[in-house]
Amino acid sequence: MNANMKRRLFLKASLAAGAVGMAVGAGLLTPRTVLAARNIAAFKAETVGDALKEGMGSDAVTDSAEIKIGGPDNPENGAAVPVEVTTTLSGVQSIALLVEKNIKPLCGVFYLGKRMKPEISIRVKVGESSDIIAVVKSGDKLYSARKSVKVTIGGCG
Amino acid sequence: MASKSIKLKAKAENGETTVKALIKHPMETGRRKDKESGELIPSHYIQEVSCSYQGEPVLTTEWGPTISKNPFLSFKFTGGAAGEKVELTWKDNKGGSESKSATIT
Repeated sequence: MNANMKRRLFLKASLAAGAVGMAVGAGLLTPRTVLAARNIAAFKAETVGDALKEGMGSDAVTDSAEIKIGGPDNPENGAAVPVEVTTTLSGVQSIALLVEKNIKPLCGVFYLGKRMKPEISIRVKVGESSDIIAVVKSGDKLYSARKSVKVTIGGCG
Repeated sequence: MASKSIKLKAKAENGETTVKALIKHPMETGRRKDKESGELIPSHYIQEVSCSYQGEPVLTTEWGPTISKNPFLSFKFTGGAAGEKVELTWKDNKGGSESKSATIT
């Protein structure tokens, strides 16, 4: 997944610069290969473990106190639960956000470019009271933290 | 590239830039039923959001349908100065796509 991310960034960056653009013109690379394929299996996975294996390359995660998940504990309405993930881990490559009890736990994967600070805010749907899990990839290892949220109205329709 | 669906703001402060984006999108999961007809509403959600700073990719994301309706995304990157550009693009599962660029303040 890391190589994939690097390839994405590399291709996007170099396309902008026009270097790979010539390769595309020469038919060496089709635009289809430039857009990295969406990781369908990860988003279809029905358990946290499967989603991590498909989306982050492994389900071997270490709990880390260096990851913080912010946002309300009792958001009531699960349709839009604010989540803020921050970490003091260095060299963060990607961050995955999961809601354990959702039918499809994986909400999204964020691939961080060189400049990015590991601080992301987003709103997610939470079907029933559940743990929200953030998994951070740093130095090709996975670290995670979780936080429980209580909802009274499920947000997955 | 004008876009009605994206509100994008970027502010530089203390050597870093905070980007805030609000995207208008139904984010249908495909599991919800129409209240009157009882039929499932087909899924319609954003799958990919990417953001660049002066043409350099900063953040690429893959989303599933469990990101909330009308998604709000905020993040920070180092560098950036007033007058420079950030650009955000989304793509959804029905082939829809929009981009918007904003000037850092």
